[in-house]
Amino acid sequence: MFYPIRNFFVVLKTVTKGNGYYYAWIACLATLMIIGAVSYLKQLDQGLIITAMRDQVSWGFYISNFTFIVGIAAAAVLLVVPAYIYNFKPIKEIVLFSELLAVAAITMCIMFVVVDMGRVDRLLHVLPLIGTMNFPSSLLAWDIIVLNGYLALNLFISFYALYQMAHNREYSLQIIKPLIILSIPWAISIHTVTAFLFNGLSARPFWNASILAPRFLASAFCSGPAIMMIIFQVIRKVSKIEIDNKAIFKIAELVAYAMGINLFLLAAEFFKEFYSGSVHLAPMEYLYFGLHGHTTLVPWMWTAMIFNITAFILFISPATRENFLTLNLACVLICIGVYIEKGMGLSVPGFVPSTLGEIYEYSPTLIEKLVSLGIWSTGALVFTLLVKFAMPVYTGEVRFYSKHGAVR
Amino acid sequence: MNANNTDDKLEKTFTRRGFIKGTAASAAVLAIPVGSTDASVWQSFFQNNFHEMSPEELQDTIHNLAKKYREKYQADFTIKTNGPRPDTLFGYGLDLSRCIGCRRCVYACVRENNQSRDPQIHWISVLQLKKGEKGVSDLENANMYYAPDEVPEDGYFYMPVQCQQCENPPCVKVCPAKATWKEKDGIVVIDYNWCIGCRFCMAACPYGARHFNWGEPRIPKEELVTETHYLGNRPRYRGVVEKCTFCIQRVRDTPGRYPACVEVCPVGARKFGNLLDPKSEIRYCLEHKRVFRLKEELNTSPKFFYFFAT
Repeated sequence: MFYPIRNFFVVLKTVTKGNGYYYAWIACLATLMIIGAVSYLKQLDQGLIITAMRDQVSWGFYISNFTFIVGIAAAAVLLVVPAYIYNFKPIKEIVLFSELLAVAAITMCIMFVVVDMGRVDRLLHVLPLIGTMNFPSSLLAWDIIVLNGYLALNLFISFYALYQMAHNREYSLQIIKPLIILSIPWAISIHTVTAFLFNGLSARPFWNASILAPRFLASAFCSGPAIMMIIFQVIRKVSKIEIDNKAIFKIAELVAYAMGINLFLLAAEFFKEFYSGSVHLAPMEYLYFGLHGHTTLVPWMWTAMIFNITAFILFISPATRENFLTLNLACVLICIGVYIEKGMGLSVPGFVPSTLGEIYEYSPTLIEKLVSLGIWSTGALVFTLLVKFAMPVYTGEVRFYSKHGAVR
Repeated sequence: MNANNTDDKLEKTFTRRGFIKGTAASAAVLAIPVGSTDASVWQSFFQNNFHEMSPEELQDTIHNLAKKYREKYQADFTIKTNGPRPDTLFGYGLDLSRCIGCRRCVYACVRENNQSRDPQIHWISVLQLKKGEKGVSDLENANMYYAPDEVPEDGYFYMPVQCQQCENPPCVKVCPAKATWKEKDGIVVIDYNWCIGCRFCMAACPYGARHFNWGEPRIPKEELVTETHYLGNRPRYRGVVEKCTFCIQRVRDTPGRYPACVEVCPVGARKFGNLLDPKSEIRYCLEHKRVFRLKEELNTSPKFFYFFAT
């Protein structure tokens, strides 16, 4: 009779019981979340003037984080493709855990967009029916649709799979396979639509280049799988789930190709801008060499460049990608590299110089950093709790109750 | 001239006590709609997009707005909602050879349109460009912060830029909430009660014409202009975008009045009129002067024409 309530307590018990490291990790995330929330309240109280954004650079750190995380959400699921093609042993783990990561990532994406809004109290104005959503004209309307659709899709697939597993039932491939297949082009779509947000603005020559969406995808295919490789190592350490080394090494090889393409596209952009040397060169010059003495982003961009190239070398050679020390080093380097390049390195130069030729050097304030940290912690917490529950269900250590008592 | 330096100030005030105070205050702000018995909070929350309001709803809204402005500014506001005049398409002309860069237009605009004084918002930016260097297609060397004792300075010319009222406005296309649109008389307007503050339009505008209320807009009480239009110069809110509307509150009157910037210009560099009227001054300029528009390659088709009359 009360089995749904009992099951609720099963979930609660699974996610609240852990060792000291687990509690320390949760406490750390919770603290950062509180700091973030308090900072956001401060921002609500004073307005966005508390950020470093101004009319000249009207999007900053929040939107930068948003674009990076969309890549994480997309790329994790894209791993499903090679998993099927190469017939990796742990396909199920890859599908399940990358979908859980996508759920956490989309949660963060939505939060980053919301904290960037000037009037969060009017959020409903962009919804269809309740508000007046400008569909299909506004790419932001498209983004709202694809992001929420992607969230729903991943929530459904992962929760359905876990629910069936917890009842010791094999999940029905008839239901789930078309959805998994649908989630692949959908993952590409969230990334493409986000790229198009920037890409469609003729006022901003730096973004208005056709190479933007392909580069978005290429760099996402670097950072997303890199994060997954680290997560897989953690999962197999803390649980009984076995993840084959071969699968991880194969993913590393794929990341090398993706980074190769990303670097090639960057080189193509460099060539076009610097050889033709038109006035549209300015943002690129600002990024890598500084413009009229303004050089805030220059050290960051070269750091990203060095990190990406180093990671590329480490990933491409079998000796280094099959050694966990160098592999993990490469994963960290590539995440930082792509974070810089696709975050601040993408959104800020669209605004520098401004449309009227002004140079405003943006660098985020403490409040912006704390709010962002809070959102990252929220995402990490969501993912931690999801995985904490998913792992024992996957290995069969945790089972639900049904009408007839405990599931065996 | 935005408040770029304010964040330094804000950083300094970011002490622990200030932080806690701010938090308490914002918690209080958040609590208002829940605990308040005042129906107007809910009324403004549920207020419709300007497009979608019935005449009765519009009247209610105006009444409610006027009441709120009275509470906030202790002044009686007239808020007009009159629509476009028939057979009218407004156009603007600016004679670059006359402009002396005195910025009287900037300040007349600030005053007439109730722009925030702190933080400062200017709908018109006057660019100073060096004669004989790059023209107006590369604005990288333009300077909008020139401050000599006297203008015009030798060797420079001046180019004021404001909303170009594009026929093909990129800002309208990108707004996710339909909070900004082009009216029949060609003026691009914003519903300040519908804007969600995402600033996508600012990224899309090639002319830097859109401005955001980063902080609470402040206007000295004695400088308020209370004769307003819903889509024009009524006081704005924190967190919304605003821009030039060709002084919609003036030009839609019958008989129409000139925008404040046209009226104040001491050298007659600014021309304004109905593009559909063959006898208008703006049509005369278009037909007799060598006219160009800013960033024409973007195909936004501005109704703001620059020319060199002499």
